[in-house]
Parts: sequence; structure tokens; C-alpha cells
Amino acid sequence: MNAASTLEPAVPETAAVENPAVGIDQSVGDFTYDVKYDFDAGTGLTENTVRYISAVKKEAPWILDFRLKALQTFLDKPMPTHWATGDLENIHFDKIRYYLAQGQKPKRTWEEVPDDIKRTFERLGIPEQERKFLAGVEAQFDSEAAYSNIKDIVAKQGVIFANSTEALREHPEIFRKFFGKVIPTGDNKFSALNSAVFSGGSFIYVPKGVKVAQPLQAYFRINAENFGQFERTLIIADEGSEVTYMEGCTAPKFSTSTLHSAVVELVALKGAKIQYITVQNWAPNVFNLVTKRGVAHEDAEIKWIDCNIGSRLTMKYPGVVLKGRRARGEVISIALANDGQHQDTGAKMIHAADETTSTIISKSISVGQGRATYRGQVHIPRRLKGCKNNTECDALLINTNSRTDTYPAITVRGDSHAVQHEASVSKVNEEQIFYMQQRGLTEGQAMSLAVNGFVNDLVRQFPMEYSVELKRLIDLEMEGSVG
Amino acid sequence: MSSLEIRDLHVAIHDKEIVKGLSLTIRSGEVHAIMGPNGTGKSTLSKAIAGHPDYTITQGDVLLDGKSILEQEPDERARAGIFLAFQYPSEIPGVSIANFLRAALQARLAEGEELDATTYYKRLYQKMDMLKIDRKFTSRSVNDGFSGGEKKRCEILQMAMLEPKFALMDETDSGLDIDALRIVSEGVNALRGPGLGVLMITHYQRLLNYIVPDYVHVMYDGRIVKSGDKTLALELERRGYDWVKQELAPAAPAPATVHA
Repeated sequence: MNAASTLEPAVPETAAVENPAVGIDQSVGDFTYDVKYDFDAGTGLTENTVRYISAVKKEAPWILDFRLKALQTFLDKPMPTHWATGDLENIHFDKIRYYLAQGQKPKRTWEEVPDDIKRTFERLGIPEQERKFLAGVEAQFDSEAAYSNIKDIVAKQGVIFANSTEALREHPEIFRKFFGKVIPTGDNKFSALNSAVFSGGSFIYVPKGVKVAQPLQAYFRINAENFGQFERTLIIADEGSEVTYMEGCTAPKFSTSTLHSAVVELVALKGAKIQYITVQNWAPNVFNLVTKRGVAHEDAEIKWIDCNIGSRLTMKYPGVVLKGRRARGEVISIALANDGQHQDTGAKMIHAADETTSTIISKSISVGQGRATYRGQVHIPRRLKGCKNNTECDALLINTNSRTDTYPAITVRGDSHAVQHEASVSKVNEEQIFYMQQRGLTEGQAMSLAVNGFVNDLVRQFPMEYSVELKRLIDLEMEGSVG
Repeated sequence: MSSLEIRDLHVAIHDKEIVKGLSLTIRSGEVHAIMGPNGTGKSTLSKAIAGHPDYTITQGDVLLDGKSILEQEPDERARAGIFLAFQYPSEIPGVSIANFLRAALQARLAEGEELDATTYYKRLYQKMDMLKIDRKFTSRSVNDGFSGGEKKRCEILQMAMLEPKFALMDETDSGLDIDALRIVSEGVNALRGPGLGVLMITHYQRLLNYIVPDYVHVMYDGRIVKSGDKTLALELERRGYDWVKQELAPAAPAPATVHA
């Protein structure tokens, strides 16, 4: 079934998805419905795969060129196992399907979304959230958005909210300038992979001075087995504008591994503010290898709120390049590593202008054999004046066999900067659990409460609807962690 | 009317027997005080009844309203109506007292039932007024950075909200200055009533000036060796624990060999 051997969109074929997890409702995202895919790039990655994706999307020649160069970079780069976990070697690139879609054009109303896809998003509560508190929603199903809509009032302000294909085709004058500039193709092996086969994601432009009151949201859903999702997101906040973007994601639990490798670039022009919130709840078979970075110009602010609960292995270090004077960068990160999971997360703050400020607050929880790793990079060169960084890094261990590692790398040159780094490791002790049980809470409830308490000050920074969701996810994870 | 019956209880920690055959029955409305020197097994008794995993019950039984609770998890015992006011309450950073109590009450409801927030806060504030606790108190994290007195008041507030059948109060007076002791005692006295049985564990008689017990028991070497009314506490205060030890000495069986 190697449809990649032809440049023509393949004969529609049914991808009957076997799902070993049907009927075991372990968590909210663990389900899958049979979906008929009209477009399938087949299994494995060759130049033909890339050409197929580009042809299906009817892309401009420069994009195909960009993709093909990226493919070469990907093939040339070694796996970064000299510093990262050897588990990366378990990704079998030749067994992954790189593009699966029903069509390329997302629907503007839920009524138009085909039933087999719509029921997935309904079950995840997306249409309901949209009605309640969102300015716009994009719902990506495997490789393409099945639904994308922005409220009229926001669209009238000139805000563009589209997927990568649509945005590069219809607004190249806005997006091409920044595309691949914040995160160059060769940044790392996985940013190169994404650049070769990217599909979907959100491209957003907020015009000068426009403050988008409600968040824009994207929901990324993996439905197919042996699949790789490679969305590409680029958000440009023009001078003095403000926008909040939230992304959520789930996938069913398959016995084989799934790959999710996104690239997210943010550009906050003079005085703009971007807040980017992620609640990642992938199934425990997903390799989640994501590159996220923003550039903050003069007086601009970029804030990443990054929450990782699911996946088998997550490697993600959201960063901010503080390019303009008085720019501010912030990363707030929560990671929960349960049995069999490795959350390798952190932050990068690259100071490149005077009086720039950065803050990193990271909290991780390791349960059972779960492993949480923090990697942080703060860079302040000698030529700058008056830069500040504050890093706070707390780990909570639930069991004696849980593991946490911290690798902070702080390079500060010059003598007019203020840098602060604090780290702590604590353990939920038996006395604490007994105390809570003595008040009537079960062991699982007690654990949940201790963990929720640990992350409470960070969760409060989330929009209400997400903090409730996060608390519920932690409860679910902890309930399952007690034997 | 409820009863908590401790029947010939033997408790060990790491194979070392600490409580060596203790029997005592407490009924609703009664306040019992257990006094005794340090290391005699008083705190062990209260933790064993509450089901602390470090304590093994090697013999005997504990019955709540005639039913053994020894097979129950600590949280089941708690929900059945046993409350332990800890000598050293644990800190739970990031969890406010209000949310903690709400979770504890929610845990007592049947599945699918939701605690009504308005009613809950109304009750919480009512109890806080009764115990003369400032409204701001419950937004603080449970015991996190509390003074000794604040920790004990937090215990009493929890007891007031959870309305147990029996309260085991472990050295409630330890670490309190005289003002804090008075405030905490007033709280306990306010909760006294026909629906509550209390077992007070204390080293010092002074607590009993504030919370006057119906019965006083002297515990020594893992057993109750003397019982009486409140006057026994005064006698202990006057004569010291040595008096009990001396009184016991002739009754104790002569050791066959002398241990070094």
C-alpha cells in the first residue's frame, strides 16, 4: 500500500484502524473510531513521501524546495542520543505513516464535518468549549484540520487564523517572512523532520493594536495507528497586539508507537503579548518531540504555559529569544511522569538585548517508575546591561523508585545582571498521606490532593476552564497510580 | 449512643511490643483522659486505633458500635467516625484548609453526590465563629508554616467540621503556651456533647484544668494500671508518676534473670 510511489493523490483507500483499546476507557482520549482516509502517503519516509504531501496540498514550488532540503537535513543529522535518552532509537521512521487525511479544506461549521470525525471532537467536548469561551477553534484530525472557524467579531478585526497550507497559499506576504526563521530547519533532527513533512497546525496573524479578548484554540487529535503528526504553527502578533492561544491534544492508546513532532514559532513585535498554553495529554505510546520558540521584540512579552501529562517520551524546551530592549519571556512548566513515562522538559531563555527579563518556573512530579528531567538554558552575553533571570525548579517524588534529574545551564557574562536559580526536590511522605486518610480521603485522593497542592500556584495562572481540566487529569493519573 | 471498645489490645512497632494488653470502653458523651510518662505507649495507642500502617496489632480488638474496625483502611475508619487530632499534624503545601475540608467532606458522600458549596461555606464560617477563628485562616495551606497553636486550632476546626463519633486527641497540649492552650481547650469544650466521645492523651495534668475529664486512666508500660475520676489526675500531679511505679512494683512478677 505504498501510495507514495505516485505523485497523484492516491486512490482513496480505507485505513481500517485496529484498536486494542476499545472498551477500555482509561482516560478521556483513549478511543478511536474507524475513519476513511482519502489521502494516504503510505508507510515510510522518502523523497516521494514529501513530494506526495506537497502535491496533495498544491503548494508553491518554494515550499516543496524547503521541504526537500529539510528532508536531507533530517537524514544527515544524527539522533541526539549523546545527551538525550536512548529511547529515541526506538522510533522506527520506516514504519510510520506521514500523511493521512480525508481532505485538505477544513469545514467552517460542525454540521459539515463528516460524522466519523465529528463524533470524536464531540466526545472530547470541543464544540461545547468553543461556544463557551473561545474566539476561534481549529480541530486537527491526523494530518489536516477537519474544522476551523473564527468568530466573526474577531475576523472583522483582521485576525487571520488558518492552517499552514491555507496561510502560506493565501497570505504569503505575511507569513513567508517569518516562516522557518525563528526555528531554522537544522535546529535539531526533529525540527528538520517537521520541516520536511509538516501539515496542519495554526497560522495566526494579529494586526497592530488588536487585543483578542478570548483565546484561540487548536485541538490536535491522532486517530490512526503507526502515524506521525507534524503540525506547524506560526503566530505573529503585530505591534501592540495581544493574543492567547491554547492547544490540547489526545490520542488513543495503541500497542505500537506514535510520533508527534511539531514546530511552533512565535513572533511578538514591538509591545505585543503572546500567551501560549499547552495541555498535552497524549497516550502513553506517543513520542512527543516538539520544538517551540518565540522571538520577543522591544517591550514585547512571550509567555509559554506548558503542561505535560501524557506521552511515552516528551522532549520539549519552549524558548524565548529576547531580541528587543525590555522584552520579557516566561516559561511555566508542569510535568507529570507516571510509570513508563519520561517527561524531559524545560526552557530556554536567550537574552539578546539590554534590560530584558526572563522567568522560568518548572514543577515536575514523578510517580512510580516515572522519570522527570528538567533542562534549562539561560544565556546572557557580556555586551548586555541590566538583564534579569529568575529560575525556579521544583520536583516532587511520589515513590521511592521515582526519578528526577535537573540539568540547568546558565551562562551569564558581564557584571550588571541579576540571576537567581532555586531548585528543590520533595517527596510525598507516608505521614502526609496517613494524615489525609485520617480525614477520610482514600489513598488515591490523598495523593491527588498532595500533587494538586504542589502545582496549585501554577495552575492558578491557567484560564479557569483549563485549570479545572488539569486538576481532573491529575486526579485521573493519581487514582491509577495507587495499587 | 455509640461506643468505642478497646479489647485486650497489643500493638507492636517493628516487632517491639509497645501496647501490652489494654482494655477500655468509651461511650458517646464521655471524656476519658489517659495519662502516663513518656514512652509508655499512649501515642501508639491512638495511632493504632486510627490504622497507621507502621503499627501492627498483634492481639486484641477495637470495636466501633460492636463491630471490629481492624480490617478497615485508615480512611474507612475515619469515615466511620474516628478522628485523630495529631500531636504533629502534617503540612500539605498548596492545599487550603477550606479545600482540604471540602475534599474530606466530599469523600463522605455517595458516588455522584456533590457537596453544596454554599451550605458548606455557611457551615464552615459558623464553626469558625464558634471557635473564634479568623476568616482568613481557611485560605492558608493546611499547617504550612503554622505555629504550634495554629496547628492545633486547625485540628480542632477539622474536628468541628467532620463531626466524628470519637475523637482521639494526642498530646493536644504539647507545644502550646498558656494562651494557646486556653483557646484550644475552649474549642474542645464547645464541641463536647452527647454525640461525641473523647479520648485525651496527655503527659501533663494542666490540660485537664481546662478540659475536665469524666474518667482518668494512668497508663504505664503499655497497660492501664489505674483508673479513677478527675481527682486521680490531681493526685498524679501532686505525687508524680513515680508513685504509680512504686505502687506497681510489688505486684509485678519478679524477673527470673536480671537483664543488663
